[in-house]
Amino acid sequence: MSSETFNPKLVGFLCTWCSYTGADLAGTARMTYAPNMRIIRVMCSGRVDPQFVLKAFKEGADGVLISGCHPGDCHYQEGNYNALRRHRLLTKLLEQLGIEKERFRLEWVSAAEGAKFQKVCDEFTEEIKQLGPLNWNGGVNEHREA
Amino acid sequence: MSTEKPKVAFYWCSSCGGCEESIIDLAEDLLKVVEAVDIVFWPVALDFKKKDVEAMEDGSIAVGFINGAIRLSEQQEMVELLRRKCQLIVAHGSCSHLGGIPGLGNFWNKETIFNRAYHTTPSTDNPDGVVPLEKTVLEDGKELTLPRFYDTVYTLDQVIDVDYYLPGCAPPRDLIMNAILAILEGKLPPKGSVLSPNKSLCDDCDRNDSKPEKMLMTEIKRPWEILIDPEKCFLAQGIICMGPATRTGCGERCIIGNMPCRGCFGPTDQVYDQGAKFLSALASILDTNDEKEIEKLVDTIVDPAGTFYRFSLPSSILRRKRMEAIK
Ligand code: SF4
Ligand code: SF4
Ligand code: FES
Repeated sequence: MSSETFNPKLVGFLCTWCSYTGADLAGTARMTYAPNMRIIRVMCSGRVDPQFVLKAFKEGADGVLISGCHPGDCHYQEGNYNALRRHRLLTKLLEQLGIEKERFRLEWVSAAEGAKFQKVCDEFTEEIKQLGPLNWNGGVNEHREA
Repeated sequence: MSTEKPKVAFYWCSSCGGCEESIIDLAEDLLKVVEAVDIVFWPVALDFKKKDVEAMEDGSIAVGFINGAIRLSEQQEMVELLRRKCQLIVAHGSCSHLGGIPGLGNFWNKETIFNRAYHTTPSTDNPDGVVPLEKTVLEDGKELTLPRFYDTVYTLDQVIDVDYYLPGCAPPRDLIMNAILAILEGKLPPKGSVLSPNKSLCDDCDRNDSKPEKMLMTEIKRPWEILIDPEKCFLAQGIICMGPATRTGCGERCIIGNMPCRGCFGPTDQVYDQGAKFLSALASILDTNDEKEIEKLVDTIVDPAGTFYRFSLPSSILRRKRMEAIK
C-alpha cells in the first residue's frame, strides 16, 4: 500500500486530567488535525495495562499512543512515571516481536496544550504512513487452511 | 451395572518427554490408576496404533491427556481424532497449556528454523543440503510423505476444544493424581479450569515475608552473576522472578532449588497475558523516575520477550513474532 492511500489506524490512551482535556481543547479551539486517532480516555497514563497496548495492536492498530500529564503533574503523583518505565520496557519487548518502536509512542500533553496534541496526532499519523500498515496476523490460521 | 473400567488415553505432541515421565513418576500411585482405568492408547509405553483409536466409538474414551504443543499437521490430525473419541480432553503440561519451551519457536518461522537446523548449526553435516520435504517421489514411482511443519506453534486449545488444563513443566504428581481422582469420582470443577489454585506463586512462597516494605530494584542481575541468598526474595536481590505473574501449585520447586521462577504454570485466571502482566509488575518496581536511568536499567534486561514469555508465547495476546519481521 502506498503512503498516499494508506490511512493508519491509531489508538490513543489519554489521561482524563491532562491529555484528554488537552485533546478537548484542540477540538473546542477548532484546530484541524489528522483524524486517525481513536481516543480512549483513562483516569491516568499509569492505568494503561501493557495488555491494553498488545490488544490494540492485535485488533488492528498500526500505532498506539499513551499520553499523560507532564512529569511532576500527574493527578496521582507517580502514575506517569510508571507509564514511562512500562513504555520503555514494552517498547523493547515489542521490537523483539517485530513491532517497530515508532509504532508505540509516549507523550506528555497538558490540559492547556491543545496545539501540542494537534502536532502529536499529525506527526504520528505521518510517521506511521511512512512505516506502512502493521497488518498483525499472528500467523494464527495456517492450521485451518489445509 | 457395567463393570467396564473407564478408558483413558495419553498422547504427546511437541514436547520433550518430561510430561510422559511425570506419569511414570506417579510410581505406586500409577498402579492404583492402572487398577481403576483401562489405558487404551499410550504410544510411549503401549503398542496401540492410530487405527486402533480410529476403530473406537466416538466418545468412548472417558479422558485423553495430551501433552506438547502443536507444530505439525500430524499432531493436529491426532488431537482432532482424540477429541472425537474422548469425552474429556486435559491439556497436560505447559506446552499444551501455553505453548511451553517449543513455543519459543514463534520467534522464528519454518524457513529460519529449517535453515538453522539443516544448514548452519556447528554440528550440522549436510553437504548436499538435504531438507525434509512434504512429498518425495521414489525411483519406483512410490510417494513418501511427511507431515507439514507449521510456521507457528499452537497451544492445544487453539486447535481443539480443551476441557481442563494441568499446568507445569512438568505437572507435579499431586496435581495429576488430584485430576485423575476428580475425573474418576466425577467431582470436576467448571469446564476450562486450570487444575491448580488460582493465586500467585508469591502467595505461597516462603520468601514472600522477606520482601521489603517497598520493593524497589536498582539493578537487574542474572542468577549466575551473584551468590544467591537462599532466604531472600529473588526480586529483592535484583533477580527476575516470575512469581508475581505465575499461578501457584508447583510446590515452589525452583525457589526451593534456589532458582527464580520461570513461569511454567502460566498466569492466574484474571490475567490474559502472563508476559505483559510481569512486565507491568517489574516496571513498577524499577527504582527510578529519571528517563535516562530508566533506559539504562531497561538496557540491562537482556531478553524481555524470551524471559517474560518463556513458557507462554503462543498463548500470549500477540502469539508470535511478526512474520514480515523475520529475516
Ligand atoms: S518474587 Fe519469587 S522469590 Fe519473591 S516471593 Fe515471589 S515467588 Fe518468592
Ligand atoms: S517455580 Fe515457577 S518455573 Fe519453577 S516449577 Fe514452579 S511455576 Fe514452574
Ligand atoms: S493523571 Fe495524567 S498521567 Fe496520571
